[in-house]
Amino acid sequence: MKITASTITSFVVSGMLSISAFAQETVNVSAEGSFQENLQEALILAEPGSTLMLPAGRFELQAALSLDVPNITIKGAGMEETVLSFAGQVSGSEGLLITSDGVWLEGFAVEDTPGDGIKAKGVDQISFKDIRVEWTNGPDAENGAYGLYPVESKNVLIDGALVKGASDAGIYVGQSQHIIVRNSRAEYNVAGIEIENSFYADVYDNVAIHNTGGILVFDLPNLPQMGGHSVRVFNNKSVNNDTANFAPEGNIVATVPKGTGLLVMANSNIEVFGNEFAENASANVLLAAYPREYNDENYNPLPRGIYVHGNTYGRAGWEPDKAVAELIAPATGLPIPDIVWDGAVDGVWSAFFGPDEQDRIIINEAEGTTFANLQFVKDLVLPWGADPKTDIADHAGERSRLSAVQLPQLDSD
Amino acid sequence: MALFRVALLLAATLCAFATPVAAQVKEELLLSKRPQKLLSAYGLFVDGSRQVPTAGVLPYDLQVPLFTDYAEKYRFVYVPDGQTASYHDTEVFQFPVGSVLVKTFAYPADLRKPEENVQLIETRLLIHQEAGWNAWAYVWNEDQTDATLKVAGKVLPLEFVDLAGEARSINYVVPNKNQCKGCHSFDRAVTPIGPKARNLNKDYAFANGRENQLIHWSGMGLLQGLPAFGQVPNVPAMDDVTAPLNNRARAYLDINCAHCHRAEGPGSTSGLFLTYGEQSAVTWGYEKRPVAAGRGSGGFTYDIAPGNADESILLYRMVSTDPGIMMPEVGRTLPHEEGLKLIRDWINSLE
Repeated sequence: MKITASTITSFVVSGMLSISAFAQETVNVSAEGSFQENLQEALILAEPGSTLMLPAGRFELQAALSLDVPNITIKGAGMEETVLSFAGQVSGSEGLLITSDGVWLEGFAVEDTPGDGIKAKGVDQISFKDIRVEWTNGPDAENGAYGLYPVESKNVLIDGALVKGASDAGIYVGQSQHIIVRNSRAEYNVAGIEIENSFYADVYDNVAIHNTGGILVFDLPNLPQMGGHSVRVFNNKSVNNDTANFAPEGNIVATVPKGTGLLVMANSNIEVFGNEFAENASANVLLAAYPREYNDENYNPLPRGIYVHGNTYGRAGWEPDKAVAELIAPATGLPIPDIVWDGAVDGVWSAFFGPDEQDRIIINEAEGTTFANLQFVKDLVLPWGADPKTDIADHAGERSRLSAVQLPQLDSD
Repeated sequence: MALFRVALLLAATLCAFATPVAAQVKEELLLSKRPQKLLSAYGLFVDGSRQVPTAGVLPYDLQVPLFTDYAEKYRFVYVPDGQTASYHDTEVFQFPVGSVLVKTFAYPADLRKPEENVQLIETRLLIHQEAGWNAWAYVWNEDQTDATLKVAGKVLPLEFVDLAGEARSINYVVPNKNQCKGCHSFDRAVTPIGPKARNLNKDYAFANGRENQLIHWSGMGLLQGLPAFGQVPNVPAMDDVTAPLNNRARAYLDINCAHCHRAEGPGSTSGLFLTYGEQSAVTWGYEKRPVAAGRGSGGFTYDIAPGNADESILLYRMVSTDPGIMMPEVGRTLPHEEGLKLIRDWINSLE
């Protein structure tokens, strides 16, 4: 669904109004009177198919906004021009909640929500285009958790977003399927971009900078959708991730070491290529098992079928943090190699003879790229322990490429 | 008041000359896609200001109520003449199209005297229409003569004296239409929450005597399929100290949390499911780690840390009134002291 330029009808929303039944109408949300009431009323009374135009300006909101009407476009004057500030919010756990299908958000900003920025729950076709979500005081544990937060959704597009200061993940896509995150910038968040418990995601042409960790691909236990797979991370820059972790304890991202370029935890069939990783003080790329105890027999904690190729690696690993400092540095020394796999595998057989072919970690990188397999399982099993293996050639090979994600809302391109 | 007397006289006069017509629920208006502007239009009350329902509109009560800032609640159910709701063991009864659930929120000036100086705040209607359930909120006017539809919600400053005799002032939030669905949602469709067998299974002082609500509903032909009484699930009242602590706590979480925190609810993403029948310990929170709690974690590791209520995320979020932390997300601006005590005692009792 794209913005239809033709304005069929246009009128001002103010107070109680009756909405005509024309589809594809354009509603100009008035800045006169209470913007909170004008906008929320427009969101409730909108006819499916219509476009709500937000005026330029800075608007103070006191309560969460929500949309439950399908096929709606909400369009502002630009991510710097139309600003919804929630600094004074007293009710609702996010700034804007979307629960209806076919929603396109474009050209506005959400600032300083006490909880999440914009959440889309259970939506088929949700698009964020040129949206900014920011906590204006910079990194702070008191900031909300997620900036852009589609969850349990299908056909998710995040394009041209800017997200700053989230105390969990700036751009977070959870328990969703068919996802594109592109052309976006995430900075000063704990996690810049996080794909969690999701299937079929393309993350490309993004910049993750000055976060604690740039890009995370996670799979967690005890959730309705598990077994994350088929994620491509390519042509991104994940550099200078140098913000100390400020996530509240208890959350999984509170364990992310400062200065992580990419962290893949659990998941299967992940392809990482054409990215630039540099100036990440803990490590450029970490491939790891879920590190905590869990009680879920349907959960697989291991990263499997990871394919890393054609990336460039700048300086990394000179000042590791958290688990990289405690567990990896003693084994590898400094600097930490460019790519580190913890070597956790499924059982003793795999520890000695390698995992099945489809589960192998395959790495094809330029000469000089450094690597370590920490052999955690072997280290655990053998009385004399096991040293890291650093020969990247052990992981040579080819794997069929994952296919590109297609989204119906981009079909008209 | 003078006007009121005139109206009464007029009504009496009219009745003397015309054929008396009993007040009736306006079924065609209940089924209309557009809501009425005034609550009175539906004919659900013969005296709205005193909450006297029209014949056929039946008052009811719940064993454990949802906490809403200590508001008093008056609940009514209407099922179209000649039709019946169908019994279900664990879920909300199936109500026929044309049914309406009515809930009025009110504050007595002093909670210790719940019958005196009662101010009606809002009346919410859940109407079962052809296309599904629809939710509307009506806010009572200052004269308490009628209530007006509010689609976008409203914040109402209120004052009352609480059960401990303390003066309280709150910003009462009348939910907007979407916020109604924030709780009243099952597989994304609007749905009632309260009228389940276990919540209705209690006595009620009907006009013609005290009786179990389910037996009463069944007897008057409003409910079909009620099994032998011993097979009907029940939950203990919050303050019934003769009942097991575990059952009281789980019943409280069931009515206050499980409309969202269940696989079919808005809180499904958390994986924390609090329905009364949930058997998997980690699923109802026992040593379950948070997923997307953010600041809501309070720095704690588990939703429920057995034996350690004060380091349990569940309790932390029930105590808070910060919108980025608090649970439930809507419906309260105050902590529920009695509920907190129950949940604290329960978590501390877990091994």
